Amino acid sequence: MAKYLLIESRDAFDSKDTTTYGALAADLARDGNTVTLFLVQNGVLTARPSTQAAVLTAAIKAGVEVLADDFSLRERGIPVSRLVAGVKAAPLDTVIDHLAEGRKALFH
Amino acid sequence: MAGKKLTFALMDSAFESARTTTAMRLIDIAARRGYDITVFAYEGAVMLPFAKQEQHANKVHGREVEEENHPLPRKFIASMMTEAKKNGGSLDWINCGLCVDERGAGEAIEGVRRGAPPDFWKAAETTDNTLVIATR
Repeated sequence: MAKYLLIESRDAFDSKDTTTYGALAADLARDGNTVTLFLVQNGVLTARPSTQAAVLTAAIKAGVEVLADDFSLRERGIPVSRLVAGVKAAPLDTVIDHLAEGRKALFH
Repeated sequence: MAGKKLTFALMDSAFESARTTTAMRLIDIAARRGYDITVFAYEGAVMLPFAKQEQHANKVHGREVEEENHPLPRKFIASMMTEAKKNGGSLDWINCGLCVDERGAGEAIEGVRRGAPPDFWKAAETTDNTLVIATR
């Protein structure tokens, strides 16, 4: 099976596409692929407990690794302790690691 | 993992989008690792290495030029070119020629070359991975 890196830069309250994007990540994982959903910029806002976080919870339940850019979190004053269960903070280096590994990568 | 080759396609212009900041951060990480990096700047992104970008004072903030220390993408790009080379890699920045002509952005910093979409295709074919950061 393939390995995917899906990068989400948009806030779920600003772009409804984020729901579809999260669902894509979950579907890819359910099909047996290795999937990381990396939140960056306003994408990390979705990782706070809210109604919009359900898409992340569903993705995690499907087997998606959900990471949030630690720099974007600090910029927005979001402590790691306030993230939705299952979302982990990670450096942007992770994206370069995955690109170098050859994962199929999308930026939204 | 030195020796890796990555390609990035950018579309956003300078001073407009957080995507540009993310792109610069990604390229910087790859440069520090000594990767061979190709950037294909399309549409507004050709303004990123525009040589005429200048810092300015900010009267609203009550700051002179030095105090304001306004960040300039052209300086970031030049710095990343140096960093990549220092670490055994390279940063090949290709500006879409037609996009440059449309915007009068011909005066780019040293090291930037003129190209066309087929250059992006060739880079994507010969590098380990490609990330397209499109405009919204």
